[in-house]
Amino acid sequence: MFDSALNILTYLSQGLWTTVSIFLTAALFSYIMAFIAGLSRMMKNPIIRGVTAFYVEVFRGTSLIVQLFWLYYAVPILFDIHLGSNWWVGVIAIALNYGAYMSEVVRTSILAVDKGQTEAAIALNLSPVQRMRHIILPQALRLMLPEFGNYSIQILKGTALVSLIGLTDILYYGDIYRSTNLSEGPLAYLMVLIMYFIIALPLIWLSKKGEKIARKGVAS
Amino acid sequence: MEPIVQYKDIHKSFGDTHVLKGINLDIRPSEKIAIIGPSGSGKTTIIRLLMTLEEPTDGDIIVDGTNLWKMEAGGDGKMKKANEKHLSKVRNEIGMVFQHFNLFPHKTILDNCVTPLVQVRKMSKKDAVELSRQMLDRVGLNDKYEAYPSHLSGGQKQRVAMARALVMKPKIMLFDEVTSALDPELVGEVLEVIRDLADNEDMAMVLVTHEMDFALEVADRVLFLDGGVIAESGTADEVINTSDNPRLQDFLRRFRDA
Ligand SMILES: Nc1ncnc2c1ncn2[C@@H]1O[C@H](COP(=O)(O)OP(=O)(O)OP(=O)(O)O)[C@@H](O)[C@H]1O
Ligand SMILES: [Mg+2]
Repeated sequence: MFDSALNILTYLSQGLWTTVSIFLTAALFSYIMAFIAGLSRMMKNPIIRGVTAFYVEVFRGTSLIVQLFWLYYAVPILFDIHLGSNWWVGVIAIALNYGAYMSEVVRTSILAVDKGQTEAAIALNLSPVQRMRHIILPQALRLMLPEFGNYSIQILKGTALVSLIGLTDILYYGDIYRSTNLSEGPLAYLMVLIMYFIIALPLIWLSKKGEKIARKGVAS
Repeated sequence: MEPIVQYKDIHKSFGDTHVLKGINLDIRPSEKIAIIGPSGSGKTTIIRLLMTLEEPTDGDIIVDGTNLWKMEAGGDGKMKKANEKHLSKVRNEIGMVFQHFNLFPHKTILDNCVTPLVQVRKMSKKDAVELSRQMLDRVGLNDKYEAYPSHLSGGQKQRVAMARALVMKPKIMLFDEVTSALDPELVGEVLEVIRDLADNEDMAMVLVTHEMDFALEVADRVLFLDGGVIAESGTADEVINTSDNPRLQDFLRRFRDA
């Protein structure tokens, strides 16, 4: 029993790098998307605001798996747009999806910083960019940390969907293992769970830390 | 002497509430003005207009010869709404201290002062630190440079806020009820700093305050704001003792009784 558990883990670890690399890249791009979309949605320009709102609502309003299939199967045929390997398709779909959710975190955190902070910054004659960069964002970031931690864990879980577009991640190897060792199916999936949980541990720890930081140092 | 600030028939409405109904006011360089008046009469609004935190509905504010909210549109002398760049030029002359301090909680008190000097005045870090320390010393916070605002008392916070505004060397300094969020025992230390500034600095100062005795003592001129206009204006003595405006008398009586 213990032997086969270890066996399975070794087998699954072939997919470890795919899962981790997609997670890290997708997480990075979701953060970037979150800031771009979050800030764009607060701009004065109504066109930028409208386009961003459209993006955010579409990607929040539909499921990640449908978006994944769209990018993988539909977009190349319909628009002749090729996003590169399926690895990139996975990364882009996840980044766009979670970027949309997290942009709302960025926006609400910025709005949650006390208006008096902006007014003091205006009184000191900081420019709009300086106000954002030196006064508002540093405080908003602290407010964002816990939610960013939570979403990062969700991104990790979301990466499991990429096995559906033919990527060989942890879940993919779990499926293969089960189909060749049917009796060990439950154990195989238990090991899949454990593996995801182990990868998530540092994230859980980080988001706890984020919550602590968030509790101090903000005027709201 | 030419006034440094002129309000010309300033009106301000918030939605349907017509708060200021034609404010005309000249502030001379180095003049110390106190604004008193009932709650909701628009005292805060008057100084927020000058700090560019609110935009007037109508009228002009001239600062040091420049129209604050309007700028020339082209060569034809027509005026349009001021843009950020124009506002920023005029803002350089004005500083403000707020009722709730509005210190930057993520920065040390030294950095609260240093950041605007480096970012706005383009001062070197070294000079900015030196000037900031001098100013913090002046307001009595020489041992707190590296402390964060959350570790200070209300009185200390307000003194930091004053140092932060002062390092920018404004020509006009605005104070909006800077002691009314403080515990009574901390009011004195803040008033002490204002008194020092009023006595020793030649910048113009506008104080909105409920500290009546203090206002009357430091102000060259007292304005009584009522019904959206400046109902009385004069030296403390004139306003208190010789005005027969019944609403002012009523207002003062309520202060004496409180
Ligand atoms: N941003 C705003 N939106 C709507 N109404 C406002 C706003 N700011 C001020 N007002 C209204 O304008 C009026 C004047 O407000 P202001 O704060 O200038 O009065 P004040 O004389 O400073 O009063 P207080 O002594 O209570 O501080 C009030 O009726 C207030 O409710
Ligand atoms: Mg007020």
